Amino acid sequence: MEHSSLAGRIFRGVALTLILIFFMFPIVWIFLMSFQTNEQILRIPPRILFEPTLANYEALISGQLRTAAGNLQISFMRNLFNSVVLSSAAVVLALLLGVPAAYAFARFKFRLGESIAFTLLSFRFAPPLLVLLPLSLYYQELGLNDTYFGIVWVYQLIALPLILWIVRGYFEDISPDIEHAYRLAGHSWREAFTRIAVPLAGPGIAAAGLLSFIFCWNNFVFALILASADKQPVTVGALAFVTASGIQYGQIAAAIVLSVTPTLLLALYAQRYLVEGLSLGAVKG
Amino acid sequence: MSMVQLLQTNAQAAPPKPRPRVRLLPYLLSLPALLVCVAILVPFVTAAVYSLQRYRLNLPYLRGFIGAGNYIDFLSDPAFWNTFRISITYTAVTVVLELLLGLGIALLLRRPTRFHNAVSIMLLLPLMTAPAIAALMWKLMTNPSFGILSYLVGLFGVTDFKWASDPSSALFTVVLVDVWVYTPFIMILLLAGLRSLPQQPFEAAALDGVPASFVFFRITLPMLAPYIITASLFRLLDSIQQFDIIYAMTQGGPGDRLMVFQVQAYLEFFQYTNVGRSAALLMILWLITNILSNIFIKNWLRLRERAHGHA
Repeated sequence: MEHSSLAGRIFRGVALTLILIFFMFPIVWIFLMSFQTNEQILRIPPRILFEPTLANYEALISGQLRTAAGNLQISFMRNLFNSVVLSSAAVVLALLLGVPAAYAFARFKFRLGESIAFTLLSFRFAPPLLVLLPLSLYYQELGLNDTYFGIVWVYQLIALPLILWIVRGYFEDISPDIEHAYRLAGHSWREAFTRIAVPLAGPGIAAAGLLSFIFCWNNFVFALILASADKQPVTVGALAFVTASGIQYGQIAAAIVLSVTPTLLLALYAQRYLVEGLSLGAVKG
Repeated sequence: MSMVQLLQTNAQAAPPKPRPRVRLLPYLLSLPALLVCVAILVPFVTAAVYSLQRYRLNLPYLRGFIGAGNYIDFLSDPAFWNTFRISITYTAVTVVLELLLGLGIALLLRRPTRFHNAVSIMLLLPLMTAPAIAALMWKLMTNPSFGILSYLVGLFGVTDFKWASDPSSALFTVVLVDVWVYTPFIMILLLAGLRSLPQQPFEAAALDGVPASFVFFRITLPMLAPYIITASLFRLLDSIQQFDIIYAMTQGGPGDRLMVFQVQAYLEFFQYTNVGRSAALLMILWLITNILSNIFIKNWLRLRERAHGHA
């Protein structure tokens, strides 16, 4: 039924080609654009073959943007740095808070556990602004506005449900008998947790961590509301950069390439776990 | 810990007996997660309270409870109904398109060959691109003066196509970006589903010479249904709350052509500093998502139970 007629094979080939073009072309095109000067970009018709330049990346890294109106200071590298700091800190915090809780939810059936798990899950699907807008007013009063800590804290909204639900599934898949045996040998629950359960759930924990990192990195609205320029991650920074740089299209393309490269590489590395991660464990890959 | 220490701890701890501490343990372990829950619930309750107030940041002395006033105002407010209509349209169009396209691609990639796997991995890249950045990519490609897509449609004789900056094509443009980013989501979920289906029904159908369309509608689709429902509800909930793509592309414009719930709530808050109205708008959106996610969670629990029943 799959590998039937010639017509069928041609149809599949054409369809797959079109699909690949649609989904890959934007990435390839922006990548090429990031190595072009503005003159090359504005040329009509556009050309695939061109003399590549690194000027766009140099301008971004040095922070000096030459425009028609003179030199412009840009802080895109700062945004990149912020993204790394915010996403890493958020994942570390979420793992510290989430892994023990996931273990508790998996091993002990208790009502509070179910309530917490479901509250977090349902807020994963609530409008983020519903929490963010009042929070921004609270943050102003608490002085948490525009601090790394404040942003890392709200990133828990993204990272924690992901880690709780995925890691819990991995703990549930480990038979508790191994831990029982280990504890009968006289070890404390803490030893059973750190020496048996966590290593066995290791791949799941690592995958959940990587996915949380990607989702924190890709988040836009949290930092848009809670961070000012010097704390903004790349997603918000790139948008501000477009407005500020005006017609420096090559540099915009280079900024886009720098913003997406880390997550794309991580995604390729973690692709085995993406299905479970994206569906919060609802679908096993 | 050294061997000696280990033996000592063993000697002290043995024999292990159930202590009351153990009953507290799950609560201690989940305490931090509980804290996060509370930290989310507080602003949420605050938003609910704000939605019942006349509360403008620029006119603080007018602040006071007005009951359902904000909500009642929406009923006769054309801007609200515009937002409602556009959000629903955006959601319906994106989810249907992504579902059809995602299902089609998953069926094409069903056999786990090396090439098919490579394609499915490549298709993950749009999904892992930040949606706000994806919007910027498409903005560059649809730029009227040098955008490659503007050039390409020009080759087909469409010279004045303005993409997101024209009210008549703005929705089309953001839907296109949404489809680019999120179709792979449906695709990989359904592909995982397809590949995990038991093979016997398909083998039996092939032996009996059952026509392909019958196999698809009577075997494949029903068996895939739980996956389709899960994937589309995930997308439904995300799509009705879309903010990043639309905000990065046009901030809800041109005019109010792309004004969806969260973009309008954002502008009400930051541009018009009308906290009460913004909160009421978000509460309505929350109600809609809550109804949808209840359906989802019920379905999800059934799926989960079934998966564990098999194990």
